[in-house]
Amino acid sequence: MSRPTLFALQVLVAVVCIVLWQVLSTVPVFGKILLPPFFFSNPFDVFSQIVKWFASGVIWKHLGITLTESILAFAIGSLGGVLIGFWFARQPLVAAVFDPYVKMVNALPRVVLAPIFALWLGLGIWSKVALGVTLVFFIVFFNVYQGVKEVSRTVLDNGRMLGMSERQLMQHVYWPSALSWMFSSLHTSVGFAVVGAVVGEYLGSAAGLGYLIQQAEGVFDVAGVFAGMFVLSAFVILIDFGVTLVERRLLVWRPTASDGRG
Amino acid sequence: MSTPTAVALEDAKVAFRLGDGRVYTAVEKAHLAVAQGEFVAIVGPTGCGKSTLLNVAAGLLKPAAGSVRIFDRPLAGLNRDAGYLFQADALFPWKTALDNVAIGLEVKGTPRAEALPRAQQWLTSVGLGAFAGRYPHMLSGGQRKRVALAQVLIRDPKILLMDEPFGPLDAQTRQVMGNLLLDLWSADRKAVLFVTHDLEEAIALADRVVIMSAGPSSRIIGDWRVSLPRPRDIFEVRLDKEFHELHREIWGVLKDEVMKGYAQSTQAAEAV
Repeated sequence: MSRPTLFALQVLVAVVCIVLWQVLSTVPVFGKILLPPFFFSNPFDVFSQIVKWFASGVIWKHLGITLTESILAFAIGSLGGVLIGFWFARQPLVAAVFDPYVKMVNALPRVVLAPIFALWLGLGIWSKVALGVTLVFFIVFFNVYQGVKEVSRTVLDNGRMLGMSERQLMQHVYWPSALSWMFSSLHTSVGFAVVGAVVGEYLGSAAGLGYLIQQAEGVFDVAGVFAGMFVLSAFVILIDFGVTLVERRLLVWRPTASDGRG
Repeated sequence: MSTPTAVALEDAKVAFRLGDGRVYTAVEKAHLAVAQGEFVAIVGPTGCGKSTLLNVAAGLLKPAAGSVRIFDRPLAGLNRDAGYLFQADALFPWKTALDNVAIGLEVKGTPRAEALPRAQQWLTSVGLGAFAGRYPHMLSGGQRKRVALAQVLIRDPKILLMDEPFGPLDAQTRQVMGNLLLDLWSADRKAVLFVTHDLEEAIALADRVVIMSAGPSSRIIGDWRVSLPRPRDIFEVRLDKEFHELHREIWGVLKDEVMKGYAQSTQAAEAV
C-alpha cells in the first residue's frame, strides 16, 4: 500500500470516529440521544476547550510542569538504573543478596506510593518526580543488568585477546552493550516517566496536565477531561517522536528488523 | 635448536567438570610444537577438542596437566604474544569497521590520531578500504572475517591462533580468504596454529598437518609435513599430484576417526 493511501485511511478512521461521536451526542436516534452530553460531551465542545486553553496561554504552564517532571523522573531514574544495574551485574553476590527485595519492590503497584511521596515531598513537582523515578528506574535497571550479563562470550574473549584491561573491557564492551539495551527500552521508560508525572498530579497537585484533568472532573466538566486527554496524547506522541530521533542517532550500529543481513 | 619454539604444548591434558560432577577429559597428553614462522594446521573430527587445544595455547583455558611454553617461557595467564581469530563473529558490533581495527592499537595506548590512518591501511590491505564507515551488521560474513583479520594483524602478534576462522563462509569465499591469509602471512611469516575440520584447506595452507583422534580423551595421532612449494595459490594447489597423494594418505587415517566421532555423536543422540 502506498504511503498517501495509508495516510488517507488513517485520517479516515479519525474522521469517522469524530463524526459518529458528534452525531450520536447531538442527534436523537429513535427519540433517544445515545451518548448523553453530560457523560460524553461532544467533539465541538472539546475542541473549543483546547483552543481556549492555547489561546489564553494557560496550557503552557501546565505542559511545562508536566514536561519538567517527566524529564527529571527520566533522568534520575535512568541514572540510578544504569549505575545500580551495572553494579549488580558485575557483583553477582550483591545481586543475589538484594534479589528478593528488588523483586518485591518491583511487584508493588507504584501508584500506592503516590500518597507517601506526597507526604514526604509535598504537593510540588518532587513528589511526582519521585513517582516517575520508581517507574523508570526498574525498567532501566533490568535492561542494563541484562545488557551487561548477556555480552557475547566471543566478543568478550576477543577483547581479552586484544589485550584489553578490565577498565578497557568496561569502556569498550560492557558499557556499549548495556547502553544499547537501555536505549532499546527508551520508549517504554520515557512513557513511564510521563505516566508517573501525570498520575502524581492527578492524585494531588496545583499544576500540570494531570491537575487540569482532575480539576475538570471535579466540576463534571467532561469536555475539559476529554480536552486534557487529547492534549496529553499529543504531548506523548511528540515526546515519542523525539525519542525515535535520538534512538536513530545512537543506535545506527544496530541491525533493524527489515535489514535482511541481520 | 637455535630459534626458540613459538608454541610448545607438552603432555597437555584438558578436562572439564560436567554439571553432574563427572570429569570429562577433552584432550589427553597433547604434544605439539610450532616453530617460528611455521604454519601448522590441526585437523580432527567434530568434538575432538581441537578448539580446546587452541584455547590452551591462547591462555583462555588452563591445562589440567602438562605445560604450555611460549617462546620457551611458561605461559601464565593470557598469551600476550598471540592474536586470536575466532570462529564466531567477534567484532564489536557498536564500532565501525575502521574503529574495530583501530581498537587493536588503541588498547596498547597508541593515540587515536595515529591508530586511525594505520587501521585504514590495514582495511585497504584486506580489500575493504571503501568500507571503513560500515558497522559489522552492514557487512557480509566474508567481509566481517576480513575486518577481524585486520583487527588481529594490526597488533603485529608473533603468533596467530585461528579457530576454524573461515568455517561459517561459503566454499568460494573460503578459498579467497585462504589466499588472502597466505598473502598476508608470507610478508612476515608469523607462527600460525590453524584449526579446521577441512583437510583440503589444511593441506593447501599449512607447512604441517596434525591429526587428532575422535574425542573424548583425544590425542594427536599423526603429523605430516606438507612440502608443496610456496607461494601457493589455493585454487591451483588442489590440482597438484603431491596434494592428492598427501590427501589420500592423511584421509586414510582421518576417515576412521571421523567415523568413530560420527558413531559416538549418533549414539549420544540416541541415548538422549
